Amino acid sequence: MNPKRRARLQAVTFILLGAALTVGLVLFAVRENINMFYEPARIASGEAPTDTRIRAGGMVLDGSVERSDESLAVSFVLTDHAGSDFTVYYSGILPDLFREGQGILVQGQLDSNRHFQAEEVLAKHDENYMPPELAGMAMQGDGSADTGADLP
Amino acid sequence: MGMLKTFWHRLGSPPWMYGIARPWMWGFGVLAAVLIPAGLIWGLFIAPPDYQQSDAFRIIYVHVPTAILAQSCYLMIGIAGFVHLVWRMKLADVVLQEALVIGASLTALALITGSVWGRPMWGTWWEWDARTTSMLILLFLYFGIYALREAIPRPDSRARASALLAVVGLINIPIIKYSVEWWRTLHQPSTFSMVEQPKMPAEMYLPLLVLVLGFYAFMGAVLLARIRVELLNRESGSSWAQAEARRLLSS
Repeated sequence: MNPKRRARLQAVTFILLGAALTVGLVLFAVRENINMFYEPARIASGEAPTDTRIRAGGMVLDGSVERSDESLAVSFVLTDHAGSDFTVYYSGILPDLFREGQGILVQGQLDSNRHFQAEEVLAKHDENYMPPELAGMAMQGDGSADTGADLP
Repeated sequence: MGMLKTFWHRLGSPPWMYGIARPWMWGFGVLAAVLIPAGLIWGLFIAPPDYQQSDAFRIIYVHVPTAILAQSCYLMIGIAGFVHLVWRMKLADVVLQEALVIGASLTALALITGSVWGRPMWGTWWEWDARTTSMLILLFLYFGIYALREAIPRPDSRARASALLAVVGLINIPIIKYSVEWWRTLHQPSTFSMVEQPKMPAEMYLPLLVLVLGFYAFMGAVLLARIRVELLNRESGSSWAQAEARRLLSS
């Protein structure tokens, strides 16, 4: 390689590495802000702030969903299946994927009783896909498998 | 090594590239014309529905190929920029320029299909999580490089400036790819990886694989067609380009 090209190669590599380092350090500095949500353990331990808009996530505890007869009000418990959980209160339309056992993200505020008053409920889909028959076999007896037949 | 070096030198020759691009363009075009309809019919009508999302999951047959291609296309632009900066190869600048529109369209399609899927499934059209935000930055990078090129009238400074921006923008590619692993995001992690079993049965991922290959072939064909036109355009003063233009006009 001739010296001119070598010099250009070094300059470009240096710029790329420098920019990568800068971006890397910035992302490292704001890593907590990039994370979308608090897990149940950090809500339960009191680490999450109260009375300010935050997001929290967890799995809907089986049998915890309570709907009101007159309104869209609903409450449910989000858990990490490892001993931490918290109750969410919400009024509005739930996403299609909302069901017991589903990963859910909620946005809203923790009140002083550490109950989560949600303004928005989002369903988190996982990376697994399967046909209904397979899902039925995989979750036999668990009762949480839904055929999805009620979806649009 | 010798062959590789000859190939490298030939890449710098516009008439050679113009000629060789034609059969490859047709090859990719035919491949795309077979694979994309086959994959769409297979994926949209034959593959089984998902146990949770029912038929709504089928949007992955467009979303995943466009999202993969949007990143591959940027990777190619970044490499072309690098080659242009170090070797000053004219063809690299043509590739960079012609791939911009393709990449931006693919990124926009990936964002739109993701949004349409996100509305019923997540419950929102848009959420500022690490994956969606880094994908939006990719779209703005495409726009930015395009705008930068439009703003600089002198061809060689235009090529150099946009190549440098393209190379620096490469940093965003690993961020998009690993965003779902590095941070807690709303977007699900990858269903596919090089080292693990897909988290999806074969009857669902085979059509997706066909479509990814089909989209790659489509991108190859469109890119080569655009490159050929641009080569004629840039070399319009040379005798080979004038001869070719006369041939095209008389036929």
